[in-house]
Amino acid sequence: MKKAGLALLAGVMALGMTACGQSAQETTAAATTAAATTAAAADTAADTEAETAEKAAEGAELSGSITLAGSTSMEKLANAVAETFMELHPDVTVQAEFTGSSAGVEAVLSGQSDIGDSSRNLTEDEKAKGAVENIVAIDGIAVITNTGNTVADLTKDQLIQLYTGQVTNWSDLGGESLPVVVVGREAGSGTRGAFEEILGIEDQCKYANELDSTGAVMARVASTPGSVGYVSLDVLDDTVKAFTLEGVEANEANIKDGSYFLSRPFVMATKGEISEQSELVQALFDYIYSAEGQELVKSVGLITVE
Amino acid sequence: MDNNTISIMGNSKNKSAVEKGAEVIFTSCGLLAVLAVVSITGYMIVSGAPALMQVGIADILFGSVWKPASDPASFGILYVILTSVVGTLMAIVIGVPVGLFTAIFLAEVAPPRLAAAVRPAVELLAGIPSVIYGLLGVLILNPLMYKLEIRIFEGSATHQYSGGANLISAVLVLALMILPTVVNISESALRAVPSHLKSASLALGATHMQTIFRVLVPAAKSGIMAAVVLGCGRAIGEAMAITLVSGSSVNIPLPFNSVRFLTTAIVAEMSYAEGLHRQVLFTIGLVLFIFIMAINVGLTRLFKKGEAKND
Repeated sequence: MKKAGLALLAGVMALGMTACGQSAQETTAAATTAAATTAAAADTAADTEAETAEKAAEGAELSGSITLAGSTSMEKLANAVAETFMELHPDVTVQAEFTGSSAGVEAVLSGQSDIGDSSRNLTEDEKAKGAVENIVAIDGIAVITNTGNTVADLTKDQLIQLYTGQVTNWSDLGGESLPVVVVGREAGSGTRGAFEEILGIEDQCKYANELDSTGAVMARVASTPGSVGYVSLDVLDDTVKAFTLEGVEANEANIKDGSYFLSRPFVMATKGEISEQSELVQALFDYIYSAEGQELVKSVGLITVE
Repeated sequence: MDNNTISIMGNSKNKSAVEKGAEVIFTSCGLLAVLAVVSITGYMIVSGAPALMQVGIADILFGSVWKPASDPASFGILYVILTSVVGTLMAIVIGVPVGLFTAIFLAEVAPPRLAAAVRPAVELLAGIPSVIYGLLGVLILNPLMYKLEIRIFEGSATHQYSGGANLISAVLVLALMILPTVVNISESALRAVPSHLKSASLALGATHMQTIFRVLVPAAKSGIMAAVVLGCGRAIGEAMAITLVSGSSVNIPLPFNSVRFLTTAIVAEMSYAEGLHRQVLFTIGLVLFIFIMAINVGLTRLFKKGEAKND
């Protein structure tokens, strides 16, 4: 009991120090008292709370390395997770490689890496081989147009036709006679990759404008009548009009329940359930699913799972 | 009394120390510039050449398909190079006459008071950050161009509407941006023409305009050429303004096509590019670097020629 208490104390202190960023000398006295009260509180609190506190205590002493491999689209998220996790646990190294979703899942199945990043749902085949689908975030894309456009809804086929240049006037889709100005992102952009991948039109898009930031796409669409563009869901505002796709509005709720098709899950696959993984990997997932981790997910423009 | 100031009038020891010290400082400053040029050149070649070899010189320089992220990737930058060349030439064609006439106006025609008002305005043009030109282009030029585009291509089945973000918009912005360079250098060249030439021409009965076009402009030719070449350099190296107005799709540089320049090709894709794609972007940088170097060498030659003639 004494040992556990000490570990708890150390954990809380370490957390306090990393969180506040104060110097060790300053915090020693304060942290001891604070930790004492926290420990007392933890004793009386519910079991679950005590458990998380203990986990955090373990986390402070973690050391070793975790390897992630997989989707290039998840680069931003994986790097953000790796960096902040390494900041929390200085003795842990998190290595992230970006080889593609399928290669990532393959690597985790063969034991070459601990976690396989996949920007699509796992296939039945992959699941049969023992890969477990842990969805950590959802990537949602909104299709936007100028506020003057009378067309409000697009089907998947119409969207494909717009972007591959088969439809060049809004009158073909029941709107006014107005040319379509196809706006997109530059090659290599994650949003473009996701958009084209979900629609299955990789390298077939005929862009009139290839802009290098979300803001530029928003500005161009807002100022150009008849334009159509795509952006991450989180930047939508009143300057543009978001299409409903197959009658479904682009919002978080619809993406979470799966009715909005222009979205994809970000999966961190493991071989076997998370609970069967090493302490390190478990700690990483605990971090991702914690409030802090979910904030991180939001900060890279993704939708949280919960 | 404590006297810390070093005076060259103090004694010969101080004097020589100051001389030597100043010499060392000047030499090292001079070397710093040389070092920067050499290291940048070296870096551009080291980082740009591998992709050139890996993809193949002909495939990069003369390929017309730019699909860097597809599988198999295609890295043809022919249209990008053409856009930079055509765009710069068009900007010169528009900007140089306007700039030259402005310079003539300032140097010869304008009453001193009017010149005193116009000159600062032109100089101010040089001080406006390029991103401001770009933003004004997006807000004013592009919508106008789009209206024009809709009118011109009404009923065309093959034209892809660019929403006004096209080659012309970029060229107009570039032409405006090179104006100050052209005006300032041409004006000094015109003012540097010895006044006896002008007096002789007028005394022979030539009108003011005849004197300007038959005597002053030919006499200031090398300076005006320098202005053109410098304007060229400014236009081909500009990125920020035109990345906003040109649409940035890789297309043949036709007036109403959305186009991508060498500079904007680098700016647009550097943030997410990786592996070979990134290396090819450095190769584009190398191509741009060679263009600008060639322009600079041309400029130096021109100056030398001009000097030889004046001697």
